[in-house]
Amino acid sequence: MSALRESLGFLTSRLRQVGIFVALILIVLLFQVLTDGILLQPQNVTNLVVQNSYILILAIGMVMVIIAGHIDLSVGSIAGFIGAVAGVMMVHWGWAWWLAIPACLLVGALVGAWQGYWIAYVGIPAFIVTLAGMLIFRGLTLITLKNQQITPFPSELRALGGGFLPDISGGTSVLEWLTVILGVGATLALVIQALKERRIRKKFDLENEPMAWFATKTTFIALLMLTITFLLASYRGTPIVLIVLAVLVIVYTALMNNSVFGRHIYAIGGNLHAAELSGVKTKAVTFRLFVNMGVLAALAGLVFTARLNSAQPAGGTGFELDSIAAAFIGGAAVQGGIGTVAGAMIGGLIMGVLNNGMSILGLGTDYQQLIKGLVLLLAVGFDIFNKNRTGGGGSTIGKRFKLRSSPPATGEPKAPATVPVQSQDRPVPVTAAKPE
Amino acid sequence: MNTPILQMRGITKTFPGVKALQDVTLDVNRGEVHAICGENGAGKSTLMKVLSGVYPHSSFEGDILFENEPCNFSSINDSEKRGIVIIHQELALSPYLSIAENIYLGNEQAKNGWVDWRKTNLEAAKLLARVGLSENPITPVQHISVGKQQLVEIAKALSKEVKLLILDEPTAALNDEDSGHLLDLILHLKGQGITSIIISHKLNEIRKVADAVTIIRDGKTIETLRLDEGQITQERIIRGMVGRDLESLYPDRNPRIGEEVLRIEDWSVRHPQDHTRMVVHNASLNVRKGEVVGLAGLMGAGRTELAMSVFGRTYGTAMSGTVYKYGKEINTSTVSQAIGHGIAYATEDRKHYGLNLIEDIQRNISMAALRKLVKGGWVDKNRETVVANGYRMSMNIKAPSVAAITGKLSGGNQQKVVLSKWMFSDPDVLILDEPTRGIDVGAKFEIYTIIAKLAAEGKAVIVISSELPELLGICDRIYTLSAGHVTGEVPIAEASQEKLMHYMTKEKE
Repeated sequence: MSALRESLGFLTSRLRQVGIFVALILIVLLFQVLTDGILLQPQNVTNLVVQNSYILILAIGMVMVIIAGHIDLSVGSIAGFIGAVAGVMMVHWGWAWWLAIPACLLVGALVGAWQGYWIAYVGIPAFIVTLAGMLIFRGLTLITLKNQQITPFPSELRALGGGFLPDISGGTSVLEWLTVILGVGATLALVIQALKERRIRKKFDLENEPMAWFATKTTFIALLMLTITFLLASYRGTPIVLIVLAVLVIVYTALMNNSVFGRHIYAIGGNLHAAELSGVKTKAVTFRLFVNMGVLAALAGLVFTARLNSAQPAGGTGFELDSIAAAFIGGAAVQGGIGTVAGAMIGGLIMGVLNNGMSILGLGTDYQQLIKGLVLLLAVGFDIFNKNRTGGGGSTIGKRFKLRSSPPATGEPKAPATVPVQSQDRPVPVTAAKPE
Repeated sequence: MNTPILQMRGITKTFPGVKALQDVTLDVNRGEVHAICGENGAGKSTLMKVLSGVYPHSSFEGDILFENEPCNFSSINDSEKRGIVIIHQELALSPYLSIAENIYLGNEQAKNGWVDWRKTNLEAAKLLARVGLSENPITPVQHISVGKQQLVEIAKALSKEVKLLILDEPTAALNDEDSGHLLDLILHLKGQGITSIIISHKLNEIRKVADAVTIIRDGKTIETLRLDEGQITQERIIRGMVGRDLESLYPDRNPRIGEEVLRIEDWSVRHPQDHTRMVVHNASLNVRKGEVVGLAGLMGAGRTELAMSVFGRTYGTAMSGTVYKYGKEINTSTVSQAIGHGIAYATEDRKHYGLNLIEDIQRNISMAALRKLVKGGWVDKNRETVVANGYRMSMNIKAPSVAAITGKLSGGNQQKVVLSKWMFSDPDVLILDEPTRGIDVGAKFEIYTIIAKLAAEGKAVIVISSELPELLGICDRIYTLSAGHVTGEVPIAEASQEKLMHYMTKEKE
């Protein structure tokens, strides 16, 4: 009983994280029913991964930008521009993939540095700089392509968009065994990592998730990963872009949690002044953040171009909106300071499943846009509602049922009223002559 | 002449846990300039907010009689209808609107819902003439100086047919010339029959304009001094402002003071927006190993500005002067350089400048010295937790664990997190700006103990505080600042509240 009560209290206190997860499951189930099981057919799951990979890559960079309190509207145009650059390099100039891909990523870094300079060092809001960038790089895309598509690309690049890991059984098995090995291995690694972290938290006496919730969550994620493994293995195996994406997610999750750079991003978004006064070089961090975004946008552009086997004038249009939506649906805070790479991935998958499911159902882009817009609005609205209701802290549902997830922070006893306290003039401390 | 216009009787105002005003009495005569004096936090602004209806009638006890009629204001609009207008220290003008628009903001000169611009600008011009301001009324407010903006505020008050004008530290943000002009205007308005209440720290200003002075200390009226009875003297005002017993307890210290650690010489800073204003003038001070040095000063004396400009130029422009550490000149022009030279600055405003309130305790503690936790390119989170837990124990931070969000802690515990952050950066010099502001008495004692411990460990500590008893209780030496000048340096053995206040209100030569 007390375990149940504890779990309930925990769930209500983390309504957002739990909610996003439940929402993804419900949406998957809904479309699975509506599409008569087409959604989770092996071929469609493979499609789902490949189709969304470039949005997910962008969402990694975007959630970092949003955590720092900025926004980037130019990523779609940058992705299109890099596609065009890749076309010129590989098709017109005949550069090999091992030269062209790093060169494209370098161009992405330069584009990011250009925008980062205006944002970090000149101090123009990111919204303006990247809105300008959206136009500038779309224009450059058109100029580079002379308004015509470039095609076809060499097969090495196309593998990045539509290739699969080789079949090690030589075509003799129904299942792709390499995919099974990778999938099971990754699942095991994830479970072990989760257990290890839980043990460390216990060791240091930090609040842990209740056992019931932890077990449910971990089992569920493991099952989910194994299911996807099975589905992929029974079609054509692991898409190469999924490996790229998995590596990015692992590296960037570590970067955001355990690197000085990542910590500084959270610090800047949480309280810019406090970060500055703690010696964080806020301008340099912001600059690097946009360089990073440029590189990821370039990578997304390459994947997209590879998938289409063509660099197109309109390539990447609207990507910025999908990746921003993914970050916010995934729990990033509009005012910065809060968000995770994993959350952005789930947010991106929600958008992806919606896209894919509605396309299978034959809904036109008119209804697709309408529904996606409403989902974004509801997700962020739910956030704000949740925050207002709880005053940014625990949950009133929890309080109403006299539950609590953790002992409240106990303050010192209040001073007796007769003792004069200095700040009587200002019950809410506001500095009168506040230095800038 | 001596007919009362305002009588406040038995005003008591309580905030949760604190009695801000206790049985305060204030009598103001018609046509006089009445000054209100008191230390920072004595309750002056609270009293004026009670009078002007910012705090509605139901939220305090006591009676207010204005022109012999009782006042039950429930908002600032009610008090303005009766002719009581308050001008706050921070000006409430909209920078992009014109002078005339600002004067009639919320009181537009309109006909059938459409603004009558001719009338607005003509009337505004008349009001500007009354306050002696020769600006075109269509000039945007951002294009005129702060001093002139202050006059626009007064013109706005005049547009509301003001009978009693309340000015909260009107000259705090002004240079000398503008201050002088403003004081002349107050006397001029007095000639036109307008009564003024002026809150000020500057005793020379009070002597220039005030017909009466009421002194408030710790939320109580001490006395009212009248010019015609020859009572307004500097000594008398100072005695009234500080005559308070040392009520809090302070930890015992056996200071073992060593060599000089930090010396600041001829340090000058200008205001970041108004470059004509010197906020700190040629300040020089030093602090030695194991020593606690206090910086005393009234609001606007430049203490925080001095500290922040030294700490990575986080305040002001056009700094000049030199900083020495162990006798060698050092460069502290960025925060990371300052931290690198072993300087730490714990801000007076921990919510806005000190903490990331949406982040947990451990990440706040590690923020200023994150690189100390890096192992092989990554932050060692286990060590981070161990370090934070160490501070939670040694500083007695009351929280369920170091994973608790700092925004949910009490003020005292938040302050301990800020101090932990800076202790982890292992500084040689700690500058603590109002370390006990907004903290209850129990936690204050804990903070004093931590300061004493830091000094005993050989750190050099600079404490900025508005509470003189606190400085007298924990410091070895106290500097006083007044209007950006260091006006005194007092060893603790010779220090008293009266002496410090004398220096803190000293005018420059």
